Amino acid sequence: MAARPDSEDIAMDDAPTSHQPEVKDDTMVDDAGEDVEEEEDYEEEEEEEEEEVQRVKLLPGSTETAASFEFSNEGHTLGNALRYVIMRNPEVEFCAYAIPHPSEAKMNVRIQTFEGTTAIEALEKGLRDIQELCDVVTDKFVAAADDFEKKKAAAA
Amino acid sequence: MPHKPPTQEELEKRKIVGVNLETVTDVSSTDFPGHYPGEDHAWDIERFKRGFSVEFHQNDPHEASFSLIGIDASIANAFRRIMIADVPTLAIENVFVWNNTSVIQDEVLAHRLGLIPFTGGREGLTDFLKWYRKPANGDPAECKDFNTVALELNVKCEHNENADPNEADPTKLYHHAHVYAKDIVFKPIGRQVDYFSGEDIIRPVNPDILIAKLRPGQEINVQMHMHKGVGSDHAKFSPVATASYRIMPTITITQPILGRDAEKFQRCFPKGVIGLEKVTAEEAAQKGSGYEGHEGELKAVVVDPKSDTVSREALRHEEFKDKVKLGRRRDHFIYLVESTGQWKSDAIFLESVSHLKAKAKALEKQLVNMVR
Repeated sequence: MAARPDSEDIAMDDAPTSHQPEVKDDTMVDDAGEDVEEEEDYEEEEEEEEEEVQRVKLLPGSTETAASFEFSNEGHTLGNALRYVIMRNPEVEFCAYAIPHPSEAKMNVRIQTFEGTTAIEALEKGLRDIQELCDVVTDKFVAAADDFEKKKAAAA
Repeated sequence: MPHKPPTQEELEKRKIVGVNLETVTDVSSTDFPGHYPGEDHAWDIERFKRGFSVEFHQNDPHEASFSLIGIDASIANAFRRIMIADVPTLAIENVFVWNNTSVIQDEVLAHRLGLIPFTGGREGLTDFLKWYRKPANGDPAECKDFNTVALELNVKCEHNENADPNEADPTKLYHHAHVYAKDIVFKPIGRQVDYFSGEDIIRPVNPDILIAKLRPGQEINVQMHMHKGVGSDHAKFSPVATASYRIMPTITITQPILGRDAEKFQRCFPKGVIGLEKVTAEEAAQKGSGYEGHEGELKAVVVDPKSDTVSREALRHEEFKDKVKLGRRRDHFIYLVESTGQWKSDAIFLESVSHLKAKAKALEKQLVNMVR
């Protein structure tokens, strides 16, 4: 990566995450920059952990209760499902998703909440609700499949 | 004005999408907080659990049909999309052509080989095999036993000395006139023998897929590497031939349809959807039912709305005007999943559910590190 330590052209806050100074304490662990040594370690490892890249971003102009998020490499699959569960949250005043351009693999979610909760909390709750929902669907699906097999075996 | 809780009838009505002669009504779901004043529509997992059910219609390895009832279209559609585009399978990705003197060009042959569905031991396919990472420009390929499956196809067409001189069938006249998927040989490397041997061997799902036709002197000698991939990258990686859903049709007969009309009404629908029953004495005795004096006549009854195609044919005829109402249940999805053979059909659906969960989980974790 061509680092430009002296460049004054870009204000630090506007620079992409990969160009911002690494924070040493544990509060911010995820750096998108590719550490060469780490890369090699990953390749050697057989139990490969997917290299974690930050895929959610808070878009500029967002406030506590009204925020836009940008998801990389997500589409209608997650976008619409997430929109639905977030809209079911009574604390949420408005939620919508968009794919601004089809040739960019990006999906935006807009959340506006009433006072009392924040947009980030609403998004977090939405993602948790999807997980809970998936567990219920799996349980009921497996039970129904077993039931169906039993009935078929009994009829035969 | 104090709010009256909705009746059961009203709740049922809210689920119905109206299908009329020229229009479709009430398409969007309305189960959101604030839509009905005074009603609580907040997301509640316990309420979802109570209202949600799964019903199987068919469950075979290559084809499964089931209903998810009490779920929103956005979630149902996410499962469908994931089944098609995000559930990983193993397919031929690289073809190394040592010799190909057949009439099929190398690139066409490679494409055909890529589309052949393969299967093998489930444990090896899901747990042992990992993603293959494409090496950076110029780097040598990192083909290991846990990310690459090697195959070979080496066939040569020759004259059959024992064939009848008057034989016209090329498959009898020559050896290997037809090259089939079953001619592809699996070459295990490393620990692959532990996972892919015996009945778990990597093999084409359909052994009789025709790959090429040869004539004496022609030969095909290729090596192939299979990698894991997803349908969003290339359709050959999609685990399903089709994964789709229909929404449950509803047919409501609001006024009696009798006699010849009933027979005609039955013919407006696919077979088995509408049945004919005799009007009972009890019904005929009931005043205002519309059956008075029709005892013993045939009346139309709805038997199997699930089989309806919602052609709206019944709405075109004057005699059924205001006697029938067509619709669909917005929260009842009838899935049809046809596997290409690498996964069992019901396993593909389960995988799609856990994929959505994993997606949400990974993103939830990322919120902590989000650049604010």
